[in-house]
Amino acid sequence: MTGMPLLSLAIWVPIIGGLVVLATGSDRNAPLQRMIALVTAVLGFLVTIPLFTGFDTGTSQMQFVELAAWIPYFNINYFLGVDGISMLFVLLNSFITIMVVVAGWEVIQSRVAQYMAAFLIMSGLMNGIFSALDGILFYVFFEASLIPMYLIIGVWGGPNRVYAAIKFFLYTLLGSLLMLVAFIYLFREAGGSFNILDWHKLPLAIEAQTLIFIAMLLSFAVKVPMWPVHTWLPDAHVEAPTGGSVVLAAIALKLGAYGFLRFSLPIVPDASHAMAPLIITLSLIAVVYIGFVALVQTDMKKLVAYSSISHMGFVTLGFFMMNPLGIEGALIQMISHGFISGAMFLCIGVMYDRVHSRQISDYGGVVNTMPKFAAFFMLFAMANAGLPATSGFVGEFMVILGAVQYNFWVAFLAATTLILGAAYTLWMYKRVVFGAVANKHVAELEDIGRREFFFLAVLAACVLVMGLYPQPFTEVMHATVNDLLRHVAVSKL
Amino acid sequence: MNFVVPDFAPAAAELFVAAMSLVVLMVTVFVKNSARTIGYLMTLGILLVAALITWSGMDGEVVYTFSNMYIDDPMSDLLKLLVYGSMAVALLYSRQYMVDRNLDRPEFYVLVIYATLGMMVMISANHLLTVYIGLEMLSLSLYGMVAMDRDSARSTEAAMKYFVLGALASGLLLYGMSMIYGATGSLELSGIAQAIFHDTGNRTVLMFGLVFLVAGLAFKLGVVPFHMWIPDVYHGAPTAVTLLIGTAPKLAAFAMAMRLLVNGLFDLAEQWQAMLVFLAVASIILGNLVAVAQTNLKRMLAYSAISHMGFMLLGLLAGVVDGDPRFAGTAYGAAMFYVVTYVLMSLASFGMIMLLARAGFEAEEIDDFKGLNKRSPWFALMMMFIMFSMAGVPFFIGFFAKLSVLAAVIQAGYVWVAVVAVVMSLVGAYYYLRVVKVMYFDEPADETPIGSSLDLKLVLSVNGVAIAILGLMPTQLIEGCARALSASFM
Repeated sequence: MTGMPLLSLAIWVPIIGGLVVLATGSDRNAPLQRMIALVTAVLGFLVTIPLFTGFDTGTSQMQFVELAAWIPYFNINYFLGVDGISMLFVLLNSFITIMVVVAGWEVIQSRVAQYMAAFLIMSGLMNGIFSALDGILFYVFFEASLIPMYLIIGVWGGPNRVYAAIKFFLYTLLGSLLMLVAFIYLFREAGGSFNILDWHKLPLAIEAQTLIFIAMLLSFAVKVPMWPVHTWLPDAHVEAPTGGSVVLAAIALKLGAYGFLRFSLPIVPDASHAMAPLIITLSLIAVVYIGFVALVQTDMKKLVAYSSISHMGFVTLGFFMMNPLGIEGALIQMISHGFISGAMFLCIGVMYDRVHSRQISDYGGVVNTMPKFAAFFMLFAMANAGLPATSGFVGEFMVILGAVQYNFWVAFLAATTLILGAAYTLWMYKRVVFGAVANKHVAELEDIGRREFFFLAVLAACVLVMGLYPQPFTEVMHATVNDLLRHVAVSKL
Repeated sequence: MNFVVPDFAPAAAELFVAAMSLVVLMVTVFVKNSARTIGYLMTLGILLVAALITWSGMDGEVVYTFSNMYIDDPMSDLLKLLVYGSMAVALLYSRQYMVDRNLDRPEFYVLVIYATLGMMVMISANHLLTVYIGLEMLSLSLYGMVAMDRDSARSTEAAMKYFVLGALASGLLLYGMSMIYGATGSLELSGIAQAIFHDTGNRTVLMFGLVFLVAGLAFKLGVVPFHMWIPDVYHGAPTAVTLLIGTAPKLAAFAMAMRLLVNGLFDLAEQWQAMLVFLAVASIILGNLVAVAQTNLKRMLAYSAISHMGFMLLGLLAGVVDGDPRFAGTAYGAAMFYVVTYVLMSLASFGMIMLLARAGFEAEEIDDFKGLNKRSPWFALMMMFIMFSMAGVPFFIGFFAKLSVLAAVIQAGYVWVAVVAVVMSLVGAYYYLRVVKVMYFDEPADETPIGSSLDLKLVLSVNGVAIAILGLMPTQLIEGCARALSASFM
């Protein structure tokens, strides 16, 4: 298998599959389109499995490298590769794509081809982001992935979808355009190279580092999203269709955090050290303040959206403490959040498909009519609250341990998430699921079917496996994270 | 005084087009109304043959003729080929539109041929008078075309405005040329360059002339503060004519800027670059901000054209850094790549308007594109390609155009200009996104099937797909532009 261009396959199989789906045309062919989409998504996942099985955990070097000249005039290369940080995200993304295709199976009845194609193409582009090792190639994938998401929110979204879609697009674009300027500046300083690995070695003065850090911060902070540039996320989540919310929460939010690890920390380590207190403060605000904001939400999707912001605050906190526990914990948290938030949005989607409401007050006593569903929902809610033996616990615990090494009060504030997270998630769960049957809509609910059982069960298995036995995941990232920390510790001045 | 027969070969294409224009004039006057298509077909044929002549004369050499008044170099060959191509595509797009409105009169085709000839002369000019002759030939034909629709008050007004302002700009340009002649004693561009290099001219007069020259150029390019005519003319002219004004003449104006500023006044680069910084930044800011307020697609594209020309200037202003012309090749190459890309996108965007237009309906409001995804998913996709490409979003060719000019200005040390430019392209993204929004998110207001002719649909599809394919493989185009320029200027 080593001879196969696995990363290229992971990128182009979904994109080409998406184009094929698009070519099948109108909604008359919907069953065929769904089948092609599913086959492509599964195929896209299968080609990423050898990335995991064939991964050499002993090295921090880039693996599965592919290098070809793309635009020689600007020395832009089609340069792909993964290390312990990015490999898992390629897998996660390809896996989530299957869930999304299955989740949209019956729900989406209009413009099926465009819906499926948008998700498949986006999945390919996301894999491109995680595996690109050339600055412009990364940027191209990063920007291009906005287009399908914009359409997904705008075409299949809720009543206020136009506002949400445009807000999403412009917020994200602002940050990334400044990042582009930073990239071109780095290109000049590096003597005409867009190679990210060359940038890692490039010495830079502190002023330049600070400006580059700010440009990248704007781009990645919007994507993460960090407080105070998070406001697009609740809008986008509420208006997006279920599949869109899943991809946003599970994958798109990880892009910003990934950017910090791939770009900010290694390229401008001195500025990162100097700015770390700022980022840690912003992260703590996200954890604590956004946790309280989540508590008062009346819309379930909004609640989970705020909970995502709070959890992502944990991730940025973990990164900028710059110790191994913090970074590995944050990475575990990112993957686990991919599963849990994806599952939470799918659960809300299951209820929304039946009742067409996301308001907590429209529910109550769902357990009486949907017992199987309530059991799954319970598991994911607990995982979201960070219950031990679920994946949600592992990452949070590691980050908190890392925080104790860094500063006791930071750890103290970070640990409030265990209380706040439990409070907002379980309180919502209680109001929606327990109690007497609230109204006749709830009384008429049907429990989940085979399709829904399938995707919830698969995700539940992931959450549990990762919670009980996280070692394969940490093992993969160990060498890379240690190397990164060694690199960041050396000044570039 | 002995007379030497000049070498006609480098200008063979021009001579052919000039001769054929008379033939078309005669033939179309005598054919019946029912056979008007003959003018259209002949014009396309002329463009094709001219392209073959230019193509066969492409040898990468720089040749001067007509006592050094005329130059034939790789840049001129490439730009001429692009002019033929863009004129031909514009004619294809506008055929049905002109027939529907009874505007496909013989004089239209003759004016198209003269405009093409004017552009060819501008592109190959090596003498201030040749530049001026080419420019006037183009401009006068365009004034006439804007007024083609005699009964439309809007068109007549636009033509009048264009004519008056255009004449003023020509005056400025001529005044600047006379100053430069006074200071250097030469009308020939290489002679001017020599004189400035040896510093024989009067500096004050020279600078005075330069300012007028740049103002005249800025008018022809349509950059702030000489942009006032653009929105009115784009809006007022029949869309087919807007298409002609908004595409190939930009290539010719670029060539004119290269000839005058780089061929002639390269040693004053620091001075004119400073002027271009202002023009570029002002155009990018004003063009993008005002475009947001437009509801008419043609006006929106007019303001977007202003900002795109500002972006193109970013390449021109980055050639000489602290007296060091090391990056001049890349910077001018980036500008040329930008203008070529812009013409490709501009053709497609006006082509889309022409696609939706039919007899008695102009399709020029943004709202006319409502729900296009329901009416025709394929052309909605094409329009989406065009809009995202204009906004500079990858994987489309417009992104690489922006990337190359931004790389050029950052290379030259103008990081702040690059920051202004990207912040303004964010504003730009807003109005391009709005078009995508009405196409994809809104319900159609008008369910009429799209009834345009097959040739228009086919060429437009090729044009739209080219925007995407070139975005995946931009190498050939970027390198082609750079090669053409380096052979001519370095």
